[in-house]
Amino acid sequence: MANFEAGLYYSESHEYVRVEGEFGYIGISDYAQHALGNVVYVDMPEVDDEVTAGEEFGAVESVKAASDLIAPVSGTVVEINEALEDEPELLNKDAFGNWIIKVQLSDPAELDSLMDVEAYKKHCEN
Amino acid sequence: MEKKTCLYDRHVALGALMSPFGGFIMPIQYTNITDEHNAVRQHCGVFDVSHMGEVRITGPDAERYVQHIFTNDVANAPLGQIYYGMMLYPNGGTVDDLLVYKMGENDFFLVINAANIDKDVAWMLEQKEGFDIVLDHQSDYYGQLAVQGPEAETVVEEVLGLPCKELAFYTAKTLEVAEDNEGETIIISRTGYTGEDGFEIYGSHDFTQKAWDKLIESGRCKPCGLGCRDTLRFEVGLPLYGDELSADISPVMAGLSMFCKLDKPEFIGKEALVEQKTNGVAQKLVGIELADKAIPRHGYAVLTPEGEPIGEVTTGYHCLSVDKSVCMALVKNEYAKLGTSLAVQIRKKVFPGTVVKKKFYDKHYKK
Repeated sequence: MANFEAGLYYSESHEYVRVEGEFGYIGISDYAQHALGNVVYVDMPEVDDEVTAGEEFGAVESVKAASDLIAPVSGTVVEINEALEDEPELLNKDAFGNWIIKVQLSDPAELDSLMDVEAYKKHCEN
Repeated sequence: MEKKTCLYDRHVALGALMSPFGGFIMPIQYTNITDEHNAVRQHCGVFDVSHMGEVRITGPDAERYVQHIFTNDVANAPLGQIYYGMMLYPNGGTVDDLLVYKMGENDFFLVINAANIDKDVAWMLEQKEGFDIVLDHQSDYYGQLAVQGPEAETVVEEVLGLPCKELAFYTAKTLEVAEDNEGETIIISRTGYTGEDGFEIYGSHDFTQKAWDKLIESGRCKPCGLGCRDTLRFEVGLPLYGDELSADISPVMAGLSMFCKLDKPEFIGKEALVEQKTNGVAQKLVGIELADKAIPRHGYAVLTPEGEPIGEVTTGYHCLSVDKSVCMALVKNEYAKLGTSLAVQIRKKVFPGTVVKKKFYDKHYKK
């Protein structure tokens, strides 16, 4: 069974944002990592790249297929989780503990269009 | 609407991830692809491959007919011998790749790909004029299990009670299964699509269900889905129709000439293959190993180091047995030499790679 973490913002395509001040940590939900199966590669943008809400910023590859990562919010990439380069399976072990990119939010109002944990749970049940 | 195999309910009960493949709704994985892949490499796995098609060719001209439609040479074959090869269009493009079992004099059992069943049977019927044969399409009758892995032999003998030790690689025999399936004759062969030792077993739906239950209940054999069937066949360099072979990809382009006997008097597509062997082909299938871990997938562009497109990926994975990102790709002939530097476009980025042998992991057949 998938875990759901409260206090995060979720997108329909199963990314989450953990907001800390002006920064957002973006990753994939535990539900998403379950659905993907063994993650074998994470394709990440580079620091200083711009990501745009609703647009692809990378991909998570399982054995079977590549799944695009869709940015839930817009911003500038200030850090990528380099640990995933060598250990992509960290996403399977702890999806919420292993964010993928850290962005400086360019439009915090975008968070309003994302789901809270209860709404996201319902989204996954459907 | 996809068809279901006779084991569909069992897959669902095991919690398999089900997905359409070749006109059937098939199990992709039960737990995860990596565990199932490793079970076959290290121990034993069982696959439901009942989606595969079966056609029986009998009659006075059966051998002459098989020789006409099939690239490999079945002349003077011993009983029980199995041949891998292709059916070709006159232009050398591939109708399908298949196994031909010699079950008797002028009695052949052909095993074809699920996705091609209708096309193949139509093709075979079109070619039968002038041949005194009976073509019996038996796909709806047969279920098929593939028991694969280094422990397959003991599992088949001990769990299913089917004697198979003496079967040589690429041979088959029939067995009367008395106990619970009175009067039924099954076919068992030492064949597979994983690069490991193993057996394929063809029987009625009832037999197939009972055999599956015994294998699963024994706990000595992991249920394995089509996900790992693809990673297993890929890393030992076995082609999949639709990826490495197609109406546009001849066996010569795919590096499978050894299964096309050009010294046979004739077969459909022979002239085209002779021409391709003589004058060369524009594109060839190669293996590419990437320096990075990004995964090349079917359809991604292959480029020169300078960025000029020269081909396309046919299948790619992060190869589970050797921990490398590799693919098979169809590239322009002049870039097909081992050691050539190439690149693959993966989404927005370009990753450098090198042409290597198409076999990324050695087969472990028991010959």
